[in-house]
Amino acid sequence: MENLNEKEQDVMLKESSILDAKLERRSFLQFAGAGAAIVALTAAGCRKDRPIVTSGVTLDFKDDFGVLNYAYALEQLEAAFYIQVASAPPSAFTQTQKNYFQDVQFHEIAHREFFKKALGTAAIGSLSVDFSSIDFTSATSVLAAAQAFEDLGVAAYNGAGVRLKDTGFLVIAGQIVSVEARHAAWVRDQISNGTFADLASLSALGSDNANGLDGQLTPNKVLAIAGKYVKTKINVINL
Amino acid sequence: MNIVNILEEIEKVDGEIYERLSPRRTAMKDFFNVGKKISLAALPLALGSMFQKAYGQSNPANVNEVLNFALTLEYLEYHFYNHALTNSTITFPTPASNAAITTIRNHELAHVNLLKGALGSAAVTPFVDADFDFTGAATFGTAFADVFSNYQTFLKVATAFEDTGVRAYKGQAPVLKGMPVLTTALQIHSVEARHASHLRQMTAASLGVNLKPWISYSANGNDTGIAQVNAVYAGEQNTMIAGIEITGINGTAVTQTQAAESFDEFLTGSAVKTIANIFIKTRKLS
Repeated sequence: MENLNEKEQDVMLKESSILDAKLERRSFLQFAGAGAAIVALTAAGCRKDRPIVTSGVTLDFKDDFGVLNYAYALEQLEAAFYIQVASAPPSAFTQTQKNYFQDVQFHEIAHREFFKKALGTAAIGSLSVDFSSIDFTSATSVLAAAQAFEDLGVAAYNGAGVRLKDTGFLVIAGQIVSVEARHAAWVRDQISNGTFADLASLSALGSDNANGLDGQLTPNKVLAIAGKYVKTKINVINL
Repeated sequence: MNIVNILEEIEKVDGEIYERLSPRRTAMKDFFNVGKKISLAALPLALGSMFQKAYGQSNPANVNEVLNFALTLEYLEYHFYNHALTNSTITFPTPASNAAITTIRNHELAHVNLLKGALGSAAVTPFVDADFDFTGAATFGTAFADVFSNYQTFLKVATAFEDTGVRAYKGQAPVLKGMPVLTTALQIHSVEARHASHLRQMTAASLGVNLKPWISYSANGNDTGIAQVNAVYAGEQNTMIAGIEITGINGTAVTQTQAAESFDEFLTGSAVKTIANIFIKTRKLS
């Protein structure tokens, strides 16, 4: 550490001296490269005594921004899935299915980008996805995954709404969740016509068929289910 | 963004803007506290929320009023489907179409019973079939006169009811904010959206029209092409959410159509009541 600092000071001295010196371009690049490498090493060394920032993103549910970032994470996941489907739909898809998956792709992109823009500097980073469990050449596999994403998305928004303190955010969440529910119903009907609102099949997502209620799940349960599709570690605090 | 300028501009058309804002000091306080912490990009969102608080509250105003309002709409929907299934000459083209309407009818009945139970003695006197005119003749004349004999007319009205229901629940969410009953309302809300999605598919198939499961863009918001129900879809053409334009957002290829589709819009309580009253003969909502 001390050694590196000394070297850094040394380099800085040399760098200041090169401002005046007439150096060949090649020499300058050598200097600059060496300086950057040492600064990077120094910075790495200095981090030792600070809290270690592990890889991944953190959803802090202490306020509405945590809830919005949670929604942003789910929309990132959905958008990534539909982008992959829309770019190379299963050959068994009808033209209408191809068109509607294209639509849904852009709906999810719109949701994702809305949260990104609205959150501004408070937004979490981009998530890495893991869709290895999905066979993108199989209509059956793609529709099953789409149904899982949409039903889960509906349950996630339904369960998270009560956490929102801001009226504007609450209404916007409502504006999104009904579109997700329209997706869910359509995808379900593609798998088996008439199952658009088969609430009995959604009990694992917190539905209540006897009372005609859709799914609703708390964020920790949603993230546990979504986890198989996400590589990035998602840390949850203040839930 | 200059908030003072915005407020002054609003004052020109609404002299009471400051009065509207000031009784809700917490809204202003929340706004300015949040404003310190968030980026400029997020400001339109918070600003929209402040105005929502100033203008959004009206009718119904409290939890019981909201639940009774919802209950009334559920009575309307339940009796509509029940009438079609038990007391009509509609020919359902397939067993699947009959089954779908039965599923929806049963959900609406479940919602009626749930809300009635939650309200207890505060629940409105039950609405019965005879309280409604599902042709809306006083307003629509003969346009929907065959609603219980023509499958296609029935689907048109059903689709309008479900899309109205989705917008109605969304509009009432602010009154229930932070309460456990909000979750229940949201669980009903998304079921209505599932119904709407399916009915739109049934309508598209039966009428041979290009009606998507989600509400698509059209200049006046109404993508069904049925002029009588314009009020149900008023505003659905919106692509601006909390001051953020969704079309082409962040350099993406999101079109105006997809932008309008990707966010459903809410309806105020009074707008929903105006629509519902078209079909309520007696005991109209005020």
